[in-house]
Parts: sequence; structure tokens; C-alpha cells
Amino acid sequence: MTTTPAKTDLITVTIDGVEIQVPAGTLVIRAAEQIGVQIPRFCDHPLLDPVGACRQCLVDVPDAGNGRPMPKPQASCTLPVAEGMVVNTQATSGVADKAQQGIMEFLLINHPLDCPVCDKGGECPLQNQAMSNGRGESRFSENGGVKRVYPKPINISAQILLDRERCVLCARCTRFSSQVAGDPFIELIERGALQQVGIYEKEPFESYFSGNTIQICPVGALTSADYRFRSRPFDLVSTPSVSEHDACGSAIRVDHRRGKVMRRLSGNEPEVNEEWITDKDRFAFTYSRMPDRLTHPQVRDEDSGELRPASWPEALAVAARGLAAAKGKVGVLTGGRLTAEDAYAYSKFARVALGTNDIDFRARRHSAEEAQFLAADVALSTSVTYADLETASSVLLVALDPEDEAGAIFLRLRKGNRKHHTPIWSVADHTSAGLRKMGGSLIAARPGSEAEVVAGLSANPDVALAETSVILVGDRAAEVPGLLAAVHELAKATGARLAWVPRRAGDRGAVEAGALPNLLPGGRPVTDAAARADLGAAWGVDKLPDSEGRDGDAIVAAAASGTLKALIVGGVDPADLAAPELMRKASAKAFVVALELRASDVTEVADVVFPVAPASDRSGSYVNWEGRVRTFGTVLHNPASLPEVRILAGIAEEMGVGLGIRTPEQAGAEMREIGPWDGDRPTTVTAATTKAPAATIVLASWKQSIDDGRMQDGEDYLRATARKPVVLASQSLLDGLGVSEGDPVDLTGPLGSVTLPVAVGDLAEGTVWAPASAPGASVRHLVGPAGSAVSIGVPGKQPVATDDGGAA
Amino acid sequence: MTDMLTPVLTDNWDADRSWTLASYTGRGGYAALDKALAMEPDAVIGIVKDANLRGRGGAGFPTGMKWSFIPQDPSAEGGDKPKYLVVNADESEPGTCKDIPLMMASPHTLVEGVIISSYAIRAHTAFIYVRGEVLHVIRRLQNAVREAYEAGHLGKDIHGTGYDLDLVVHAGAGAYICGEETALLDSLEGRRGQPRLRPPFPAVAGLYASPTVINNVESIASVPSIIRNGADWFAGMGTEKSKGYGIFSVSGHVTNPGQFEAPLGITLRELIDLAGGMRNGHQLKFWTPGGSSTPLFTAEHLDVPLDFESVAAAGSMLGTRALQIFDETTCVVRAVLRWTEFYKHESCGKCTPCREGTWWLAQTLERLENGEGSESDLELLLDQCDNILGRAFCALGDGATSPITSSIQHFREEYLAHLEHGGCPFDPAASTVFAAEPAGGVKA
Repeated sequence: MTTTPAKTDLITVTIDGVEIQVPAGTLVIRAAEQIGVQIPRFCDHPLLDPVGACRQCLVDVPDAGNGRPMPKPQASCTLPVAEGMVVNTQATSGVADKAQQGIMEFLLINHPLDCPVCDKGGECPLQNQAMSNGRGESRFSENGGVKRVYPKPINISAQILLDRERCVLCARCTRFSSQVAGDPFIELIERGALQQVGIYEKEPFESYFSGNTIQICPVGALTSADYRFRSRPFDLVSTPSVSEHDACGSAIRVDHRRGKVMRRLSGNEPEVNEEWITDKDRFAFTYSRMPDRLTHPQVRDEDSGELRPASWPEALAVAARGLAAAKGKVGVLTGGRLTAEDAYAYSKFARVALGTNDIDFRARRHSAEEAQFLAADVALSTSVTYADLETASSVLLVALDPEDEAGAIFLRLRKGNRKHHTPIWSVADHTSAGLRKMGGSLIAARPGSEAEVVAGLSANPDVALAETSVILVGDRAAEVPGLLAAVHELAKATGARLAWVPRRAGDRGAVEAGALPNLLPGGRPVTDAAARADLGAAWGVDKLPDSEGRDGDAIVAAAASGTLKALIVGGVDPADLAAPELMRKASAKAFVVALELRASDVTEVADVVFPVAPASDRSGSYVNWEGRVRTFGTVLHNPASLPEVRILAGIAEEMGVGLGIRTPEQAGAEMREIGPWDGDRPTTVTAATTKAPAATIVLASWKQSIDDGRMQDGEDYLRATARKPVVLASQSLLDGLGVSEGDPVDLTGPLGSVTLPVAVGDLAEGTVWAPASAPGASVRHLVGPAGSAVSIGVPGKQPVATDDGGAA
Repeated sequence: MTDMLTPVLTDNWDADRSWTLASYTGRGGYAALDKALAMEPDAVIGIVKDANLRGRGGAGFPTGMKWSFIPQDPSAEGGDKPKYLVVNADESEPGTCKDIPLMMASPHTLVEGVIISSYAIRAHTAFIYVRGEVLHVIRRLQNAVREAYEAGHLGKDIHGTGYDLDLVVHAGAGAYICGEETALLDSLEGRRGQPRLRPPFPAVAGLYASPTVINNVESIASVPSIIRNGADWFAGMGTEKSKGYGIFSVSGHVTNPGQFEAPLGITLRELIDLAGGMRNGHQLKFWTPGGSSTPLFTAEHLDVPLDFESVAAAGSMLGTRALQIFDETTCVVRAVLRWTEFYKHESCGKCTPCREGTWWLAQTLERLENGEGSESDLELLLDQCDNILGRAFCALGDGATSPITSSIQHFREEYLAHLEHGGCPFDPAASTVFAAEPAGGVKA
């Protein structure tokens, strides 16, 4: 569908006697779809380049448009329409029908016909088309034909299994990997009937997008270790949904059976993720089934000091009492995994029930500069779409590695570069694998110096930013003082369209819902009396708190110092914050109400713990990085799973305040009713003071797609495909240390030290990169956050470089 | 009788050390190059067009026309890119054995042809893609290219004309499919050899997505003689639509197998005479006019003129003029099975009908050869062939069906005899070269 060219020149063709007009360049197989004729096919896929390999889609062409017939049946998947062309498919042509039946018979001679034990059975294009376009009996086995056999499935990665007997060699998987994902780790090898999909033995199929090959495989040749033999498709109930793993808003399909999610597939959403999702979107859903899942409310026993199970009414009452006692001195930390509706509920709860603007969704390092940026450039903005990424005159990435942090953006950018030669530039510390695959170019910046580099880009003739360009800035930009202000100025100076790409699914929705100290729902500035009055009228309250609240760091500090007496905490991992220890101290000191899916560092010390519904058990919407609202419904109806909005409404009622909303649907309806703020909005972003990194070696770091994240827990096959952690350093640094690629090095930072193999990257002098959250080697826990001063050394020897001036 | 022969390409094969530059030059070699370099490139194309040289690789496409498809206008699609000449020397068809002896005996004929042809299409890099198994030929080619460089026939400013050309001899890795021109290009680029989707055609986007001419060895080797002697001389030989001379490779059950260079239109009866007749005491049973991919002929076709049109009219293809001669000691089912096993082994695997069809055909034929199966298997074979012919991605699949359909057409009774006999009724040893000769016979 997306490969159909724009409707410019229409061409008239006759298919099965029906005359239709289609755009020039349309393939016959797709023109036939438009009159409702499905020509059977295997290798054809609308999002892959045509190959014409399987020959299943043969049609008869009695007139090629020049008055002459084509002598042989033609593969309709590689044949573009021509004016006046006449095509007869299997529906009207005996020649086409026989040709297709012949191909189907050939495809089945070496196929094991093990449908009864095949995962694909019941949803298999080979099975379906063999029924519709094949013969009932096999002339091959009737005559004692001998099939080609292979050992049954072989691992081509920890997650993906290959059954070579079932493969019909359509090359969809290999074309996807080389054309779409840019990870050509699988390729066809050998020849004739022994041709097969293969890997290089030292490089397994470890692509972040490998699961898509299972979904587009037209037979059961590719299966996942995770789902193999788990269920039959006709026993599954499918629900369209949206992935909770990143800010892309990717459409997924969730298949469940008897109250248990069995698998997730990509949805088909041409405007968003097309038909592709990341492996994290596909495989990481077992986290909600972990043994530490919270199943009932708990309160801290006054006598023993231990958490004990409590009824919902008791827990709501205890929470309400504690919060009411601290009224005016309560901070709200919501975390980044919320739906827009829940974020709205927190936002309203804070203002209406707690009378405070001390609310922040940013469960990560943040700044006042970022809050200004979110208010000025992000809230209500829909200036960039996925389609724009393909056709932009240039794309600038700042503090964003799309392959790791926003897979659907990565695939779209790669497509844009491949099909439209869209130039892609990235302000980063090194050329990442993802940037290379997108055909992008590095604008090198040492961690901490990005703001200066960005400031210098407005007149850069190579990057050539203009109104037709796009700037994508990641949420890591908040870690660098002055960077978001520089991006803001750059967009203003060049006219380039700007979009903010957070890492978590709930962040953008939380901005829109006003889960920030400086913003109310709908982009209303806290300090704007008219905006407050507008919202107050809608909410039916006389007065809303009128000064900007504390941001996340300030809330934590105030709670730790005792200024704030209570905290409401959603999905926050202290390790992601700027001051993890301070957060632990604050949680221990304040009255903490925790709303969590699974037991965590926060629930351990909380005074009241509420279990919340996982994404599968609730409805709602995520607002993706485009500002597009991505609504999803409930997959599993579990009466014990309550969304945050219901819990917050319950607490509010106990406090004697009506929240007015109890369900995601009500919250959504109220948000739409209130609508976006149409008054004045802030337009300035004040740069925080920059300070050049003083250290000799600075750590650059980000979280990779497959990591130690809690939402990937329980999916060991997926985690086994994570990139092997390495420390990336320049060749000269390696030479200085006297080590070569693959050797272990000690990376030491403020939190401690970790030993990892070293690899060469194009890093600037005095910079090393390491993954922030690799499974088993989490640099953010063991060494420190990005931007830390670090030293690197050979195990057993003195560090060669330190932040106090050792030479590299 | 030998006055029927027209030795041009084979003329110097009997010379002392004919593969050396000295020998080749001594017989007038590289004179045509000077003549061509003095002409405009388009004039060279014009002469080849006027001579009506048709491709000697089997399909018979007019060579001059192929050259004129190369976009020379920089504003045309591909016109601003470098042009390449690629010589298809991946001679692998069963029975075909003309290019390998030519490159062995007189590699400079090919090298001179490459230079003139490259000049005509304005290529500055040319490749000879030669099958990897023929190491001795590769060495002779490499030596010839080295000699040509040293003599100033290749490299920068050739013969002081300012024309530059580099020639690369590239060894293939032993895949029949790489004789298909687009698979050859993939292989030459370092990929796995499988045919490419067309369009784009190689003339617009061939090697490295640049305009490319791919010609057979014999086509290119014919160019110097055409330049030297003129289009009329060339067109004076052969038949009305199949001009010139060609190498006819006669192999199998004849007294003196070998290469016979003659005008197109010669008949097999004449060629067998030239080859000293059938091996003693035997009769012609069947033969291939152009390699195993062309439908079989029988003794009734002895007088079919071997030109493109006459052979096609008689139901086969001139192909590469690889005449494999089989006498009455040969079991046609066994011969066809051997060929089919070859196609099964060499199918590249890209498309279904060729990959799976050849796998199945070989099994069906083997059962018939062993006297198993039934008469209905013949209909099955024909139906399988019908499902492959014209359905496959490239011509390999089509070629695989030719020996089967034509042998059933001509020798249905012999297939049935296998079933009645409960096995092959032939003594397999009788068809070999070491077979005991009939009384009084002399082993060839």
C-alpha cells in the first residue's frame, strides 16, 4: 500500500474483464487487489522490493498494452501496469490457473506438510493458498517422491528458530533484514533445492527487529523460542493495541488465550510503524507475570512496621488520611510509563485534591530548562510526522539514537535515506551502528559540549537546515545544560520543524496532561491566570495553585529534608534519577503512597502500596512523539487490576474531594472536553549555564533497546539477543593503554567500576562510550551516569587516565 | 570436402605457440585494432551492425544493436556513468566446448576483440568472466593480457590515441547459472550468482548499476576479423539472416570429434562427414544442435541447415552449436536423466519451478530408467515440464525441459520399453569409448 505511487498519472487496465484506473507504476498484483481479486503470492510484500522469486502470482497477459500478448505467463508482483493492458488472473484464465496450480504443487514437494504441529498452521499463507490454488492430492508422494530433509529447527539467534524443511525460499526474511532493518545477518546460501537461509556462524541474527521476519514468513519456517508450540492461532483472541515500550506509538496486536497473553504481533499502521515493530515490542510482555507482581493493596502496620495485606477500602482510607495530614506538603512523582489518562488523573489529583503543582513525570535526569522547553516547544505540538521523516530535506538528530531509543523512527529514517536519499545528521559522541545503518553522518560532540556544537549549526551549509528540515531531540538532551535552549534557538533561526522524542511511552502524554510543575493539562501555563481560570471553570474549582511547583529533583530533595511530608510515587526507579541515594532517603522519611505493578525499591519502604493494572489489563492511550493520540482497548478483563485513575479517584473520595473521573474513558472524555489552551503560551527557553567538562575522560552512555529494563524481565530469549556490552574508545586511547580490541578494560566512575571488553569507535579525544543498562553490566548502576568523569585502565594495573589529569 | 570450412577464429590454432603475442602478431594480429582506433566508435558499431553479427552465446541477438543500446548521451538514463564490457566466458553448457579451446589456442584473438569492442561502446574497463575450473585457460588469458599491456595494446593511451582501457580476467567459482548474464554480473560484483530482475536491463544498469554490454567469447573474438575484412566479407558467408561463420563443436559418437569452423547453414550430414563419419559400424540416433538445453534432433534432421532460422523452424534452437552425437547404443532415457541431474545440481534455487521442478523431474526420470513407474509417468513428466517452461525466472528452467519433452516426442517407445523390460534395455557399456567394437571395426 505504501509503495503505491502518488496518484498522478492514472493508467487504465482491464483485469478479469473489469476496467480500472490505477497510478502509473502500480504492480499488477496490487491493481488486482483493487478489484477484489487476490492473486496468490509468497515472495511479494508491499513493503519490500519486488523479487519475482516464488512465481506463485503468475497471470496471463493477452494484451501487454501494445496490442500483442505476452507469450508466457507473467509474475504479477514484478509487472507494472501499462495503458491498455489486459490481464487475466486465475479467476478468468485457465492458463494462469494451471500455472499457479503447477507452482503450488512444486512448492509442496519438498515441504514437510507437518501442519498439525506447526505454529503457523491455521494462519499460514501456504496452507491457505494450497487450499485455494492447489490440488487436493500430491502426485509427488503418490509416486514415491523423496523429500529433502534437514534437522528440525536450528537456532539462528537465541530467539529465532529456523525450520529449513518448511521454508519456501521466498526471501522475505532476508530482504526484510537487508532492506528494512539494515541487519543483513541472514542470507540465502547454497543452491537449487538445497538453498537455505543461513547465518555466518560467528554472527547470529541479533537484530532489534528480527521478530518481524517471523510475522512475514509465509510458512512456519521461522518461529520464536518464546512462542513455539504454545498455542494454535484459532484458539487465540486478538486485540489491537499500542506498544508500551517506547514513544513511537507502534500498533501491535495482542493475542491471548484463557486470560494469558500468548504473543504479540505488529499491527498494520501505515502512518506510524507500517508493519514493523521492535523485538522489545513483540516479545517483552511477560514482565507483568513475574512473581513479584503486586496483586493486592498493602499498608504498613503501625505496630510491626512491616507491610501487610489490606483491603482496597482500608488502603484507600489510610492513603487518604496520610495525604490529607500532609496537605500542601505532598509531592507527586508519576514515572514515565503512564497512559495520558492516568497522567491526567495524577495532574488533576495534585491540583484539586492536594492543592499543589509539585508534580513531575520525569523519572530521569531533568532540568528547569527542559521544563521550559516542554512548555514552549513540545506541548500541543504536532509539527512532525513519520511521513515527514521520509521526505524531509535533512534530518538532524540531537541526543537521540533512534535504533536504541525509538525503533519505528529508526526504520522510517532508514527508509527515507534508502528511498529518498534523505540526509541524516547526528550530534553525538560517536557514529553508532544505528547511525551507520541509516546512512547518517556524525557531527561529533564530546558529552557536555553538545550545546556549543548545536549552536554552530544554523549556518552550516552541509546540514542545510531549512523549513523543510526536521530536528529530532531526545530526552537525554536534558542532561546537558544549555542544549535544549540551543536546539530551541536553532529551530527558530532556521525554521526547521522540531520534535521531542522521549524514551518512555508515557512521557509525551504526561506533558499534554500537565504532569509537570509548570504546566496544567492542555498546555496551560501554571502562571497564567487566564489559563488557570479556564481550567478551574472546567473542573468546577475556585482556585488552583498559582505558582510553579517543584520539579522532580526538588521534590525529592524537599522530601529528604522534611519540607515535603508525603510523596505519591508511580513507576520510578531511583537509579534513573540524578540522586538515587537522596530518593531512597526521601522515600524512607516521607509518607509514601506507591502505585506500582511490581515490588520495587520504592514499594519496599512505602506506607501504602497499590497494585496497578498492566497495559494488557486496561484501556487508555499513549501520546507518541508526533503528538498523535494512540488509543488502545483492554486485552484481559481482570477485575482485580485497576488503572491509576480509579485508585486516585478512590483516594480523592476518601479525602472528601470528587475527582469527577473514575475510568480511563471518563478521563479521556474530560481531556477532550477541556481541549488545548488557545491563549498565550511561553516561547522562551533559558539556557542553564554550561560548563565545559573538566574531566580528562568523559563517559558517553545511553540505554540500548534490549537491556536490563524491568519491562523485559521474564523474557530470557529476548535478553539473550542483547548486544554484548563493550566500552567504545578511540584507537589512540587503546594504543595508550596498550590494549587491542576485545581485551578487557576497567571502567571506573563515581559509583564504582566494571570490567568490559573494549572496542574501537570514532570517539573524540577524552571520550568513551558504554551502554547504560546492559544486562549484567549496568554501567549506570556500577559506574555512573552519562557525563561522568571516568578513568579507564587495564585490569590489575594502575588506571591510565583519571579525572584529575592523568594522560590518556 | 574441407573446402566447406572457413577457418577464421581457428585459423592460427595450428601455429607454433599460437597463444603467444609474437605468434598472433606474426599472423597479422592487432592490425584490426589500429584500423578500429582510427575510426569513430560509432563507425565501429556501424560495421558490426552492417555485418549482422549475431550473438554466438546461443540467443543470436544482433551484437551491433546490443552495443547501440548503451546510452552515450550524458543526459540519458545511465549516460553519465562509466560503461563496461563484460565477456561471458563461463562456458558450462553440457556439450558446449568452443570458447574454452579458442581462449586456449588464441587468447589474443579475444583480447583484441575486447579492445575494439570496448572502444566502440566507450568503455574504459572490461572484464573476462571465465569459469574457474579451466585453470590452464585462465593462465593463458592472464598471460595474454599481460603481454597486451606490455605491448601497449592495453592500459593508458593505447597506440597513442588517448584511449584508455583496463582488462580484468575474473575467474568464476563453478556455477552454471553464472553463464546467465545478470547472474554473471552479480557474481562479478562479489555476490552470490543469481539472475536479476529485469528491467533494468544491463545496457542501462548492469555491472555496478552502470551501462554494460555482455557478449559471448566467440562474438567478441569475431570482431577483429570483421574490422579487418569488412562487413561485406562477413555478411558474404552464412545464410540470409544468419551471417558469417561459427565454430561447430562436434562431440560424441563420431570418428574424429572436434571444432569445425564453417559458415552458418552447414548441415549435420556435412559436419559428420568432416568428422570422419559415425564411429565405425554405428548409426546416428539422436543429437543436440546447440547443447543440452536445445530440443533433441534425430537422423531425420541431418539436412537441416544449421542457422538460427532453420533450426528454429525444425523445432529446436541453434544455441551454441554444440553438436553432441549419439548412436544407437545410447539409451536416450539415461542420457536425458544425466542432463536432468545436471540441471538439478545447477539450478540456483531462486525460483520455485526450476528449483523444485528439476528435483522432481530427476526422480521421475530415474524411476523410468529403472523400469519402475507406469506409462502415466510420461504424461506426468510432460505436465511437469509444462509447469516449468515459461514459468521460471530465467532460461535455465526452460532448458531443463528441452531434452525431456523432445526425447518423449521422438522416443516414446523407448521409454515404454524400459517399463516392459523392467529396467534399461541397453548395455550401458556399449555406448562408451572403451566399448568393444563390432567385428572388423576400428576404434576411433
